[in-house]
Amino acid sequence: MLRLEPRARPSKAMSYTSPLIALAITVAIGVVLFMVLGKDPLRGLQVFFVEPLKNLYGLAELSVKATPLILIALGLAVCFRSNVWNIGAEGQYIFGALGGGWVAMQAGPTTAWMGQAYVIPVLVGGVLGGTLWAGVVALLRDRFSANEILVSLMLVYVAELLLGWLVNGPWQDPDGHNFPQTITFLAQTRLPRLLPGLRAHIGLLIAAVAVACLWVFLFRTYRGFALQVGGLAPAAARYAGFSSRQALWLSLSISGGMAGLAGALEAVGPLGQLTPYVPAGYGFAAIIVAYVGRLHPVGIVLSGFLMSLFYIGGELAQSRLGLPKALTGVFQGLLLFTLLACDTLIHYRVRWRSTAAAAAAAPLAVAAGS
Amino acid sequence: MEGLALLIAASLNAGTALAIAGIGLLINERAGILNLGAEGLMLVAAMAGFAVAVHTGNSWLAFGVGMLAGAALAACFGVLVIWLNTNQVATGLALSLFGGGLSAFVGIPYVQEKLGEQPQFHVPVLGDIPFLGVALFRQHPMVYIAIALVAGLAWFLYRTRAGLVLRAVGESPESAHSLGYAVRRIRLMAVLAGGALCGLAGAYISVIYTPLWVEGMIAGKGWIALALTTFATWRPARVLLGAYLFGGVTMLQFYLQGHGVHVPIQFLGMLPYLSTVVVLVLISRNASWIRANMPASLGKPFFPGA
Repeated sequence: MLRLEPRARPSKAMSYTSPLIALAITVAIGVVLFMVLGKDPLRGLQVFFVEPLKNLYGLAELSVKATPLILIALGLAVCFRSNVWNIGAEGQYIFGALGGGWVAMQAGPTTAWMGQAYVIPVLVGGVLGGTLWAGVVALLRDRFSANEILVSLMLVYVAELLLGWLVNGPWQDPDGHNFPQTITFLAQTRLPRLLPGLRAHIGLLIAAVAVACLWVFLFRTYRGFALQVGGLAPAAARYAGFSSRQALWLSLSISGGMAGLAGALEAVGPLGQLTPYVPAGYGFAAIIVAYVGRLHPVGIVLSGFLMSLFYIGGELAQSRLGLPKALTGVFQGLLLFTLLACDTLIHYRVRWRSTAAAAAAAPLAVAAGS
Repeated sequence: MEGLALLIAASLNAGTALAIAGIGLLINERAGILNLGAEGLMLVAAMAGFAVAVHTGNSWLAFGVGMLAGAALAACFGVLVIWLNTNQVATGLALSLFGGGLSAFVGIPYVQEKLGEQPQFHVPVLGDIPFLGVALFRQHPMVYIAIALVAGLAWFLYRTRAGLVLRAVGESPESAHSLGYAVRRIRLMAVLAGGALCGLAGAYISVIYTPLWVEGMIAGKGWIALALTTFATWRPARVLLGAYLFGGVTMLQFYLQGHGVHVPIQFLGMLPYLSTVVVLVLISRNASWIRANMPASLGKPFFPGA
């Protein structure tokens, strides 16, 4: 009989290998799924995991999608580490796009002197937009102890509808043939690209800086430490005098700001205008990115690129194999599911034993474990 | 007057799915399990139910398959959180994300499908009463079944031994365990029952309420149902009341639109979500009251012998 036995201390090795096991299981299920769908599984795996990496164009596209995922996931990692469950990053991302988009729309002849530097206020607008929307969650949780999971999620729908109203109403392009879209942002407001001809933009560099900043914040500052203690052991944090209210506001501001930054980057980067299709699910996929990356900045970089690979692989599977793009969502969800299951192995070890032997050994195991 | 009667009728219909999902989640939470995967469960069940309805034309069979789909997915969740002690919040989120992806993927061939004409229901005699007949007695049978389910659950929780055990497991799993109750098995049963009810609600939405399949069509109703359990301070009858209130808010937008109120439709569309936030704020303001009513072990894992 299969039994779980608590480990004396969490296994460090397991916490690194568990994402790999989860990925392996997800791939294995993917192989089965390809066979069920009547496609050659090897070809399927090749399309998903090899084709996007084959040339510079593919790598550039990979970075375009990885950038928002990494930025949002970094913020979420701070939240989840401090036990604040912000799952409405998608809404904060939309508000970032709105904030950045609004600033971008103000550009004109009078701002021409700023040149490409106009991107900076655009991004600040994005950060402020995202922080504002996350701030609503923090305020309602702080003042009224309203559950942040439900509030942040409800605000995603509100943000989506607000975006829909803006691009259909006050912000609609007057020369846009009544399409629900804003004007195309002026060249001055657009993100500089890294290489000519490729969509990869300086957002990737910003994300790299953010990774470094977040690492320092989490592991080398007093505030970051206080935040994590509050998440791991609220009672200890209270005893130490760490304010849980401060942790709430700080973590939600950081994650809202990061999601907003990602939204603004997307708006003046690949998109170039606002449409109802700004929300692309990055805010939700970033939850998976954060977990698969072990809520660690460096891990998040790896898992961000992996998740981006899933997106591009899904698009390629659609064009090359005629498979629906929704496959991406299945694999993403599956990965998080298997990861959580595998994470059990960090705290427990699996033993095969007969019931009788287990009963006899149980008190010993408990004694050893405590 | 006729318009008001129709508004009431539509609100009851809209509230029914929320009520069924809400009591499903209530059963979970009474046993100490927080299932944030409700949205995903409902999406998969809505997809499965719609597919069955398209192929067989039998809505009752569709409900059954929706329940099975919901229970099957909930079983995966249950094994993870109950036996592998995974974090309930994270696992529920995983279920929601996975359910969204899976239903979108499997549902692609059904996007253009339409269901046949639904028969009109009409309770004999009562349905002919002016006003009340239109408002209350010309509903799909599921509307009345939902009320019966709520009454049945209230009776089960407060008047039966099994219900007492279920509540004990949610309040203090350690005590229930030491009394010899199989805490984890009871929790799994609660998760299965909750999943089946969420599935029924999902199938009702895609087969009767808005008879079509679109990706993400549950549109937050699973999350609103989760908010309902808090709103109801974990009492079945209040879940029903809250569900009808939310149904009314949902329907109000169409009513206002129809009556020439000049507010952009996007703002009317925000109503259900904004009112969920407002209700959460109002109800949670008094933190000690919530704590007094909330099942004490909600969201906490239980590991016998640890």
